Amino acid sequence: MTADDARRAIAARAAAELKPGEFVNLGIGVPTMIPDYIPAGSEVFLHSENGIIGVGPRPAPDDVDPDLIDASKLPVTELPGVSFFDSADSFAMIRGGHVDVAVLGALQVSEAGDVANWAVPGRDVLGVGGAMDLVVGARRVIITMTHVTSSGEPKLVPECTYPLTARACVDVVITDLAVFRFVGGRLTLTELMPGATLDGVAAATSARYATAL
Amino acid sequence: MLPGMPARRATVTEAVAHIRDGDTILCSGFGLVGAAMSLLEALATQSTARDLTVVSNNIGEPGRGLGVLLRQGRIRHGISSYFTSNPEAVAAVNSGAITATLLPQGTFSEAIRAGGAGIGGFFTPVGAGTLLAEGKEQREIDGVLHVLEAPIRGDVAFVYADRADELGNLWYRKTARNFNPLMAAAATLTIAEVREIVPVGALEGESIHTPHIYVDLLVQSDDR
Repeated sequence: MTADDARRAIAARAAAELKPGEFVNLGIGVPTMIPDYIPAGSEVFLHSENGIIGVGPRPAPDDVDPDLIDASKLPVTELPGVSFFDSADSFAMIRGGHVDVAVLGALQVSEAGDVANWAVPGRDVLGVGGAMDLVVGARRVIITMTHVTSSGEPKLVPECTYPLTARACVDVVITDLAVFRFVGGRLTLTELMPGATLDGVAAATSARYATAL
Repeated sequence: MLPGMPARRATVTEAVAHIRDGDTILCSGFGLVGAAMSLLEALATQSTARDLTVVSNNIGEPGRGLGVLLRQGRIRHGISSYFTSNPEAVAAVNSGAITATLLPQGTFSEAIRAGGAGIGGFFTPVGAGTLLAEGKEQREIDGVLHVLEAPIRGDVAFVYADRADELGNLWYRKTARNFNPLMAAAATLTIAEVREIVPVGALEGESIHTPHIYVDLLVQSDDR
């Protein structure tokens, strides 16, 4: 499986977590692939932090509207029923628990559900954007990430060593190897991704977890 | 907002003549969408104001928007949620050329809203227990750790609207609204750059996003 195939498999699995009619905020990276896998007829409402509910697909080059972008600062289209609002309202929706789901990438997730996804130690800590607001405020937080770093280090760890985004906020973790949920506060392996094995997951995970397939 | 004065028309040159050394400028825009590009260009080319504090979600892009002022060495301090979108801003912070305050974007927005609304600060759970709460008061509220955040106000706000009437009522288009309504309310002098200025009565009252009570100067945009 290529890296892109792995990312697409993660996006497809994450799409299956979304329920029709939910308000969903998609982070950058893998989450931006999720709309490709939402079945017709089970649409969700996509919220973007820069002030829109009703984000549609990317436009054709000739149809780009310079005033219509998403949080990645890339052009989007609007769907019927779209609404626009200012940034304070947008984050009131997020912090106030009105956004049902946030799907974001992460550098590390701990066995307590802490997440680190905005800064690498020793590098610039100068960009946080909406990441902290989203993981604190969204009712469900789904993390999509590769199971290990490019150098093979586990990302599901006992304790985050990178600067924290927030504590105990993660509900679901979807990787190229497995799906984990926090069941009664305990990190729990609930599903293997196609081709993955329990031994393979165990070898690539330093966090302690229960297994309930 | 200056007391007791209706919005008045100004050229970009007249508008940026109000900026003084050491001023705090609220600059709207998510990236460059909704940014007052004509005002920023005039500030770069027709003003010498320096030691500026800029409050903006991003510090422009390399050589564009606030990125020009950054290259000119006229920014002393930046308050932002995402310096990273301009690598030159990151380099300037790392070299000590500018100082930086990083805020989560929702906190950044709400702090400006609070500044305009006369609120002396607020507690948010966002950032509590993280690097970004260091040095700030934290308090448990209903069992959840919160961090106390201060309001943000500016000497001047640069906002961008698609349309204004001659009184200064503003209407924003699509996602170009972003921080504009918040910043319009939170500065001593609010300067609105506008794509199209229409007669009073041409905008529906129900559709006005920023009432003209917040707006001091109206400037015709030459950006789009």
